[in-house]
Amino acid sequence: MTTYTLRSKRRRSALRTAAFMAPWLVGFGVFFAYPLVSTVYFSLMRYDGLNPPTWRGLDNWTYVFSDLPKFWPALQNTLWLAVVMVTCRVVFGLGVGMIATRVKTGTGVFRTLFYLPYLAPPVAATLAFVFLLNPGTGPVNALLEAVGIPAPSWFNDAAWAKPALTVLAVWGVGDLMVIFMAALLDVPKEQYEAAELDGASAWQRFRFVTLPNIAPIVLFAVVTGIIGAMQYYTQPIVAAKVASGVIGGSGQTFEPGHPDDSTLTLPQLVYTLGFGRFDYGAACVVALVLFALSMACTALLMRRRGGLIGSGD
Amino acid sequence: MPVRTRGAAAALAATASLALFATACTGSAGDAAADDPNAVTTLTFWHGWSAPSEVKAIQDNIDRFTKTHPNIKVKVVGNINDDKLNQALRAGGSNGPDVAASFTTANVGKFCHSGAFADLKPFLERDRVDLDKTFSKVLQDYTQFEGKRCTLPLLSDAYGLYYDKDAFEAAGIKEPPKTWSEFTQVAKKLTKHKGNGYERLGFMPNYLGYETVPSHYMSQWDHRYFDADGKSNIAKDPAFAEMLTYQKSLVDALGGFEKLDRYRATFGDEWGAKHPFHTGQVAMQLDGEWRLNFLKEAKVGFEVGVAPLPVADDEVDEYGKGYLSGTIIGIAPQSRKQNAAWELVKYMTMDTGAVVNFANAIGNVPSTLDALKSPDLRTDERFKVFLDIARHPESTTSDGAVNGSTYQDTFQDFAEKYEKGQVPDLRKGLAETAAQIDRDIAQAK
Repeated sequence: MTTYTLRSKRRRSALRTAAFMAPWLVGFGVFFAYPLVSTVYFSLMRYDGLNPPTWRGLDNWTYVFSDLPKFWPALQNTLWLAVVMVTCRVVFGLGVGMIATRVKTGTGVFRTLFYLPYLAPPVAATLAFVFLLNPGTGPVNALLEAVGIPAPSWFNDAAWAKPALTVLAVWGVGDLMVIFMAALLDVPKEQYEAAELDGASAWQRFRFVTLPNIAPIVLFAVVTGIIGAMQYYTQPIVAAKVASGVIGGSGQTFEPGHPDDSTLTLPQLVYTLGFGRFDYGAACVVALVLFALSMACTALLMRRRGGLIGSGD
Repeated sequence: MPVRTRGAAAALAATASLALFATACTGSAGDAAADDPNAVTTLTFWHGWSAPSEVKAIQDNIDRFTKTHPNIKVKVVGNINDDKLNQALRAGGSNGPDVAASFTTANVGKFCHSGAFADLKPFLERDRVDLDKTFSKVLQDYTQFEGKRCTLPLLSDAYGLYYDKDAFEAAGIKEPPKTWSEFTQVAKKLTKHKGNGYERLGFMPNYLGYETVPSHYMSQWDHRYFDADGKSNIAKDPAFAEMLTYQKSLVDALGGFEKLDRYRATFGDEWGAKHPFHTGQVAMQLDGEWRLNFLKEAKVGFEVGVAPLPVADDEVDEYGKGYLSGTIIGIAPQSRKQNAAWELVKYMTMDTGAVVNFANAIGNVPSTLDALKSPDLRTDERFKVFLDIARHPESTTSDGAVNGSTYQDTFQDFAEKYEKGQVPDLRKGLAETAAQIDRDIAQAK
């Protein structure tokens, strides 16, 4: 009888635990496990979204890695953005955050000015940048030429298109500024006082006091930044569309990546293959590459930095 | 805390890259037409027109249809691009279209092969429609793929050369050029350089100069995109190398790619009032017949002339030909109102009055043979040039392919590299591009 009661208690406890976990389990199943499994499945099939899928084996994988010349530039661009754009955003966001915490007068105006661009819709912001950086009529190039600096063609030049996108991303760094400000204000003042008493320079205080304290936030910014870079779609496609002048309307198709595939990213390639060419199989292969890259970057950063644990934890 | 955060980050990373596919695997062809065409019903019709005058024209046409078919109401949704259309045709559902139109003629191969649009053969046979007596051969060709007819032409477009008559007169040019050699001379004569740019450019030859895309140039050379086996022919057919070489020589003659591209960046929107031909930034423009209406609305301050595009120097006897394309219209396979949908498609594409009224309203070339002969068709000397191009026996369109416009995009990518001077060996480059086109088609089958 006692055994039965114990068993019953354990079962009830297990059921309660399962009930509490159910929302997460459902979310995990619907939004993670199912898409992952079906993506792997469709990467091995010929599937156009209309007709029943047919077995193709590894042909889609071979096609993407050997016969799809746009894959490698897309991969290279995505990695470039993950490294350069994320680094610039984190460094700039931290810098602006540090200034914002030290400014004594006009704090509200300063913070608002730097936060406001983050609220601009991506399409509108990109259109504004393409206008500002227009090589023919843009004020930026007019200014550069007026002071004798050779003006690049920005979104019309393969060498400058990604840096121009980086400038756009850095302009909208308000989100990171706010996060870094909160972290910086959370650093114990006693540690700075102790460091000052020990004769630490400003750089040493930053290196040995500030940075260890805000390390988890830096890691958070880098990880979310990399995930964002892996999903980067809207800004490059809008910039490419406007700069190329191909806006459709007369039966012309627009292929992302202008100029010379320099702004083509893996998510754009997924879209073009899956929804443009009706080739879900190849699109799933690229999506899995994207998934592997995201996981690898996240895992590497978490391991190297010891996860999201700060020096005080 | 770290464990939870790590798990969340991993889940976020995974979901981020895969969310695109979470909802993608839906859609299947619906039942064959079993609905009562006389039943009271509401159809949803999607189209891509967005200019107010065009939207009004299509609504007027729909109103005429509903008067003759009082049992059918039509909900019209405009400004639909191919991305939205592709997704809706796959997904189906009650909010999707029953009838849809697309400007992208090149995608018909993809639409028909995949079944994105319903097969129209049963309807055509049932109503005993003789397509040869209704549409020209080119229009019949670009609305079917490998014998499967899933779309019909809804008006058509012919491409020609627009020129500034005042600029011609000032430069002492008596008539529009007939061959590409003459064209280069005329374009150079009309070009006025100004510092690092231009006061006026004779012609914007770059492939991104709006309608100056490779496929439109190619129509002026006798060519075939695919051989009898369905393999890419661009490396074997000398016409492709000739066109690319000519276009590059034109780019170089007018100032080089970089200078031209910088000037191109100053152009206004293709569909707006600041189009470079409207503003006088270019003196000649390759464009479709629809430009006549845009020019009228923009009230340009110079006399506009229209002519067929020049032809290759050794094809001068074919002068008058041009590139043809047009809007295509079809029925969504998932539609449960296919007979009613067919009534709308039939009316819009084959009723002479409807076709003529619509062509008059939006300034397109009518798509049926009867409409072309109709006394109600409003024409003037300039529009007649396009009607003649549309009727010219050597006028062509791009071939259909199982993967839609992908082969054209691949060719255009290569052409853009060539005009920039990034291709050292044209023959080798064309051979590699042809091989790529074949690999893409093999992947799509």
